[in-house]
Amino acid sequence: MKSEILRVLNLRVYYDTSAGPLKAVDGVTFDIMAGERFGLVGESGSGKSTLALAIMLLTKAPGRIIGGQILLDDQDLLRLSEDEIRQVRLTKMSLIPQGAMNSLNPVKRIKDQIIDGILDHSKKVHKKELNNRVYELLKSVKLKPEVADMFPHELSGGMKQRICLAIAISLNPKIIIADEPTSALDVVVQRQVMLTLGRMQESVEVSVLLAGHDMGLMAQFTNRIGVMYAGKLLEIDSVKEMFNNALHPYTRLLIECPPTLEEKREFKGIPGLPPLLLNPPPGCVFHPRCPKVMKRCSVEVPNLIEVHPGRWVACHLYKKEKI
Amino acid sequence: MTAALLEAQNVKKIFSSGGLFKKNETIALEDLYLYIQKNPPTITGIAGESGSGKTTLAKLLLGFIKPSEGKVIYKGKDLEKMTRNERMVFRREVQAVFQDPFETYNPFYKIDHILTTPLAKYNLASSKTEARKIIENALEVIGLQPGETLGRYPHQLSGGQRQRIMVARAFLIKPRIILADEPVSMVDASLRATILKSLLKLKKEYGISLLYISHDLTTTYQISDNILVLYQGSLVEVGDAEMVIKKPQHPYTQLLISSIPHPDPNRNWGQDSDLLANQFSNNNENEKQACKFVDRCPKAMAICRQKHPPLYQTDPSRAVRCFLYKNAVELPGKDFGKVMSYSKSPLSVYTF
Repeated sequence: MKSEILRVLNLRVYYDTSAGPLKAVDGVTFDIMAGERFGLVGESGSGKSTLALAIMLLTKAPGRIIGGQILLDDQDLLRLSEDEIRQVRLTKMSLIPQGAMNSLNPVKRIKDQIIDGILDHSKKVHKKELNNRVYELLKSVKLKPEVADMFPHELSGGMKQRICLAIAISLNPKIIIADEPTSALDVVVQRQVMLTLGRMQESVEVSVLLAGHDMGLMAQFTNRIGVMYAGKLLEIDSVKEMFNNALHPYTRLLIECPPTLEEKREFKGIPGLPPLLLNPPPGCVFHPRCPKVMKRCSVEVPNLIEVHPGRWVACHLYKKEKI
Repeated sequence: MTAALLEAQNVKKIFSSGGLFKKNETIALEDLYLYIQKNPPTITGIAGESGSGKTTLAKLLLGFIKPSEGKVIYKGKDLEKMTRNERMVFRREVQAVFQDPFETYNPFYKIDHILTTPLAKYNLASSKTEARKIIENALEVIGLQPGETLGRYPHQLSGGQRQRIMVARAFLIKPRIILADEPVSMVDASLRATILKSLLKLKKEYGISLLYISHDLTTTYQISDNILVLYQGSLVEVGDAEMVIKKPQHPYTQLLISSIPHPDPNRNWGQDSDLLANQFSNNNENEKQACKFVDRCPKAMAICRQKHPPLYQTDPSRAVRCFLYKNAVELPGKDFGKVMSYSKSPLSVYTF
């Protein structure tokens, strides 16, 4: 039995607006195991990026973490001071944000940018050792050693994104939070970057949280998936079970709707629009668009319950299995 | 082969930068052919990664920029040689829908402004009431409620609504063809289906052809009759959508299709062992003539470095720019239209 590396308990992140609090993440609970690839899937505006940033404790005003716990290796991150958190970032958890490649400094050589984070966390490293570490990291993301002395503009988008992967693992973190790491890349490069991340994940046994909206990418990369909608988790399931037999009606639509290369067929969308988070619908957040809506759904908020071992769903269609 | 509506013949576009002494030239497009038949209406998909020349092609076809070589022809007339009146007709009959539904609007004007201006410009309505009628009808065809959209400002509408208004605006003045450059890439997934459906409806019910430009191969496949695949400004494969997607022949098309992550965890996405090869392409002077894909091609041969491959016609409805198919017939430029107007195989006949 593997142990949990990250536990998020009842986390709530609100944005203060003139019209009242916007509940971007509203009571989210999940665990990520050591060495696991966890996918967080949702449409734009579902709160997945807010959640990813909150785990890194990078929530910026007007956003605020209202309540809940984030336990990384049994350490409650919300109780740490700013200095302590700085030490935790990169050594225990690191972030690959959307369009990370644009975060590279255009006037610094790649080598110096990789070293930067290492030096910030441990000042007494020998120069030779640092250089070796840089080459080792470049090798792990399948880049040639020559890249170390280059500038970002000399590299392609995919290569820059792989540099960001190298920086993310430079201090052997326990978990990498990747928020749509390939959204700015085309499919060929996307596959290269994701396969590199996957191989890296296996060789250094780091956990990965991958936030995104592409169910295809989730199917190919993750072990377990959490489905987010309007700030809530609607389902958590292993990737095989989910694609085989998704529990929540929303997950089913997410899997069935996107067009494929298999056959031409009528375009199907999920009817209706995602709810406004300022004024979410009462009861289940998905009920106005749900094909299986019942009377109860508009009144009572369904809790996320474990209906089969390892399969969690927040939907009134399911009852808790008697164990 | 029916007559052509919109054609590109051997088009090349070079962008030059730099000054008097050192000039940098970038070839954005070369040896490009395109053929869109007059009847029946078709949907032509343009696929390719960023930087492959998709948007340059759209700008050339719209007459926004001039080709460095070759010509763009609308109904038999070279765009550059059109008279003022012919150009007015061209401007009305060839419409565009762009990627960003947020940037195309002037935030100070109500939605009505963007819809009434083209009607006034082309004198398509004799009175305000008639104009209103035409606008309301166009909005309804696209699936929008006139009551919910007219009289509002752009910021009061969602991205999906704004993009559909752009489609309605294009439809309003009865064009023959609409060029849509990434029309759904900035729209939420649940709204994509609605926009694509309305584009299909324009083809089916109103006989409007469509040029659909996108980096997303799945929607391109779903919507298109023909597909052109561009790689670094070069047309690498063209033909019937079913053939290009189901049995891709060019190694780049094959790579592109196998890279799409499949929503099925039991399917293998492949290995990354081939990634290290050729991280830096050798831009040798003598390799300017080479195939554009040679540095990344798993099947590269000696000849691929020596000259630029021509288009080979491998099927009645498909051509590929690759020496792997050099036993097939070379496709001369004048016959290009045959490939893109070949009567479709029963495989691709389906109804929405």
